[in-house]
Amino acid sequence: MKYQSQSIAKLYFIAAIGLFVGQILFGVVMGLQYVMGDFLFPYIPFNVARMVHTNLLIVWLLFGFMGASYYLVPEEAERELYAPWLAKLMFWIFLVAGAATILGYLLVPYAELAKLTMNDLLPTMGREFLEQPTITKIGIVIVALSFLFNVGMTVLTGRKTVVTIVLLTGLTGLAVFFLFAFYNPVNIVLDKYFWWWVVHLWVEGVWELIMGAILAFVLIKITGVDREVIEKWLYIIIALTLISGIIGTGHHYFWIGAPGYWQWFGSIFSALEPIPFFVMTLFAFNMVNKRRREHPNKVATLWALGTAVMAFLGAGVWGFLHTLAPVNYYTHGTQITAAHGHMAFYGAYVMIVLTIISYSMPIMRGRTANGPKAQVMEMWSFWLMTVSMVFITLFLTGAGILQVYLQRYSDTPLGFMVVQDKIELFYWMREVSGVIFLIGLILYIMSFFVKHDDEVTA
Amino acid sequence: MKETFTKGMARNIYYGGSLFFLLLFFALSFDTVSELPDRDNRQAINESVTLGKKVWEVNNCIGCHTLLGEGAYFAPELGNVVKRYGSKAAVKAFIMSRPKDGVPGRRSMPQFNLSEEELQGVADFLEYVGGVNTENWPPNIQG
Repeated sequence: MKYQSQSIAKLYFIAAIGLFVGQILFGVVMGLQYVMGDFLFPYIPFNVARMVHTNLLIVWLLFGFMGASYYLVPEEAERELYAPWLAKLMFWIFLVAGAATILGYLLVPYAELAKLTMNDLLPTMGREFLEQPTITKIGIVIVALSFLFNVGMTVLTGRKTVVTIVLLTGLTGLAVFFLFAFYNPVNIVLDKYFWWWVVHLWVEGVWELIMGAILAFVLIKITGVDREVIEKWLYIIIALTLISGIIGTGHHYFWIGAPGYWQWFGSIFSALEPIPFFVMTLFAFNMVNKRRREHPNKVATLWALGTAVMAFLGAGVWGFLHTLAPVNYYTHGTQITAAHGHMAFYGAYVMIVLTIISYSMPIMRGRTANGPKAQVMEMWSFWLMTVSMVFITLFLTGAGILQVYLQRYSDTPLGFMVVQDKIELFYWMREVSGVIFLIGLILYIMSFFVKHDDEVTA
Repeated sequence: MKETFTKGMARNIYYGGSLFFLLLFFALSFDTVSELPDRDNRQAINESVTLGKKVWEVNNCIGCHTLLGEGAYFAPELGNVVKRYGSKAAVKAFIMSRPKDGVPGRRSMPQFNLSEEELQGVADFLEYVGGVNTENWPPNIQG
């Protein structure tokens, strides 16, 4: 570690992993509720478990992105962080606000939480992924702005690299588009139309810039390939991302009241969205093949290659499967969507955060890489989590195909709950895969506690 | 690729391409918003619909249901529920009838203890959403 203030990332990463565990526990609860409908009812109804599951995901990924930024920005900018104290303060504010919000979901009925937090003053609650009380949303804005200020000042007063500029662009976009979370008109079409400016332009826009920047940084470090080469790839990837992804927002505008021309714009541009992910896969494998050094942190390389492949499969391939309007007409809002969501988030965002953690955590703990035992254990966790996520996706896809046929496509369409009963077997298999994912995650955490007497000091 | 396609060119494509498509997106969005009055059933919005949307939100209905296909996939689509149930009264009756402790072994909607005014609001809100021009989605009444 070149700069002292990089170590702030450690706090963020530990919190991220802790919240990750919570996310998966609630995922397993929801999976069980799919097959045992009364599980934990009425104490933790499905909607509460889902809120906790998705909100924890978002919060821990944000912790991950912030930690990644605090780690890589000083190193790239070749100076200490502008205000380390601010980074620490914001960490605690974000953690306390996040924990209080999750406890709020769990301990009081949601309508009560809305009352307690005075949602009526500026109603923003009760929309998917943006369920947080308005006060929490304001907190997120404050944290995001302080974070941007801190990182931005470090970048602007230090060495500017393509990696940091792209990262900063992505983070700025993240903060700006979040502001649409405060726009909540009664008109449902306007509500939905601009809700996607947060959700789509995050995950299929600016977050990909953040992912690209982090991946580029890790590849520079572990492969030793010339920065010029890596930066060119990075520009190509993010150019393709935004060229396809911005108008690609249209694939959410097919059936929510927007004009019919979105079926053309959305289909054509979102059909191009797999391309940047494919280029990212080529990029990662090319750089590793052309590596100029043998970095002792093998498992970080595995994560870097893994995230590129899984993002392509989850976001690219599984996204394309149902993105064309004539197909989406039947698949919209079914388990196909859930299948895509799971593998895309895992492949692109969970794995990129685990990549930077895998690379930087050993360094922050005073060694270039973990010893072989810890690395092998982490590799096992990589495969357990990744393969079980592939199976979660396949089972949900199977459930989704049957659901689409029975409920929407056949000559005698059946009711929603009738169909749900018929596809129960797939939900059981998804739940088993989910438990294996949890085992992989436990192994992942255990890998941090392997004794380091056999550590590599290359 | 090394010599003919430089980093500078890649950077220019990134900046130029992003800016162009962002502007196109804004233009299309502007056009969409100006076309919405003929599509989004806004004339149906009244006080009861406004209350209904609030009740919909503060009870996190989207945490289980989809509305125009967006939301969670645990419970039925509600954009066309008034048509599926035949009347707003039937929708209200269903919401009111949910057992407090659920149904053994089955998924069950919670009992939200809504007032008559809130119930009417939710039903009016769902009817209003049902009037949005969704390009004939969903494919059939089952949602």
